[in-house]
Amino acid sequence: MASYSTNEFRGGLKVMMDGDPCSIIENEFVKPGKGQAFNRVKIRNLKTGRVLEKTFKSGESLEGADVIDISMQYLYDDGEFYHFMVPDTFEQYPADRNSVGDANIWLKAQDMYEVTLYNGAPLAITPPNFVELTIVETDPGLRGDTAQGGTKPAKLESGAVVKVPLFLEIGETVRVDTRSGDYMSRVKG
Amino acid sequence: MVKKIRAFFDARDYLEVDTPLLGVSTNTDIHIQSIRASACNQPLYLQTSPEFAMKRLLVEGSGSIYQICHAFRDEEKGRTHHPEFTLLEWYSLNFDYVALMDQMEQLIGELFESSLPFTRISYFECFQRYLGLDLHTAALDQFRDQVTQHITGIDVLQLSRADCMDLLISQMIGKQFSGFTFIYDYPAEQASLARIKQSNPLVAERFELFYGEMELANGFSELTHASEQRARFERDNQTRTENGLNSYPVDEDFLQALEQGLPDCAGVALGLDRLLMVLLELNAMSAVLVLDTQQLPLRP
Repeated sequence: MASYSTNEFRGGLKVMMDGDPCSIIENEFVKPGKGQAFNRVKIRNLKTGRVLEKTFKSGESLEGADVIDISMQYLYDDGEFYHFMVPDTFEQYPADRNSVGDANIWLKAQDMYEVTLYNGAPLAITPPNFVELTIVETDPGLRGDTAQGGTKPAKLESGAVVKVPLFLEIGETVRVDTRSGDYMSRVKG
Repeated sequence: MVKKIRAFFDARDYLEVDTPLLGVSTNTDIHIQSIRASACNQPLYLQTSPEFAMKRLLVEGSGSIYQICHAFRDEEKGRTHHPEFTLLEWYSLNFDYVALMDQMEQLIGELFESSLPFTRISYFECFQRYLGLDLHTAALDQFRDQVTQHITGIDVLQLSRADCMDLLISQMIGKQFSGFTFIYDYPAEQASLARIKQSNPLVAERFELFYGEMELANGFSELTHASEQRARFERDNQTRTENGLNSYPVDEDFLQALEQGLPDCAGVALGLDRLLMVLLELNAMSAVLVLDTQQLPLRP
């Protein structure tokens, strides 16, 4: 793996720090005109998801991390692993519960997800920002109540429970923001 | 902005000059890296500031001069840095650094079309007031403790006293400033090309102007001693070699000129890209540049 010097740090670069793969979020170059230069770096530990702030003397370097993001299709859950596949090559990757984390509530067979591979094994799963899923469980719709804007919980086919407007029924498809878990709109089949 | 700058200096009878951007020698400052160029098979350097060339003109009897030019510094890019940037540099004959600070206030007042408040605080006082550190007596460990307290995620054992001072002034003390602030009387170790103060040999007659935490300008009462200047260049080059940096050829023409006698003067370099950021209330230098090398792709 190549190593990267502080002046090559930029958002999205994957590097090794303290033995863990990390992704650089922000790199600010600070230097008094006639003084030592430093880089103040915001960096996310890809294993723990924690964001750290680090200060480097300019010119220091970090090893690159063997981390790549690949778009994969979700296949099934065998109870221990979630299985993903690269559609072009049919290569399959089992992702353990830890790596999938909170993303599991958005997984729906056949849909595409961003899988982060570290040394060839899934490290994290990122769902698309917006997904369309069908309601499988909710209280009966209350017509005539549409103007009031009340909400009720609805369980989606992937397992996520989101708040939806009162008029929606089982079997209808909704568009949801996976980052906030908010209902966005109804999708007309 | 440039028109107003010219009007300001023209009204005071300063001569506008234009010095070469390519030189056979360059600045030896250990924290400033020059960009190498080559022409006609000769190694050359893009100038990191027009300082040496302008001082040679002063020796030749130019009188007070100013210049608006591009300057180049390698390995500097970020929100407020760019390897190519624009400087306004000027020298006022028979000025010392205090008179020069006054003159800068006038210039900036004219550019902003209002009389803005300026604060002045000495380098020593900065550390005393904001960190409770006595620069002259504090031990390296005390500096490192302050860095640990105020700066996140850094291995302090690798930091020298000078590193700690640079970090604290730019990352902690500077953040307390609002509006225009002059820091003056820099420690003698950071004299650069400034004269040492006669009444206090621990400090140099050097100042910097900040807007908020952003450094805008650096000025001094100019060092006129050729032999002391040569010693400083050679010390820089020695430190450069010890730190694994290229050492640079010393500018002999400049030193020769100094030997003939640089008239008493004070000079300052003001970063125009940053000043424009302040004028237009922009947050990043990329907004005032036409071509931003930040946008160049990462090496494969």
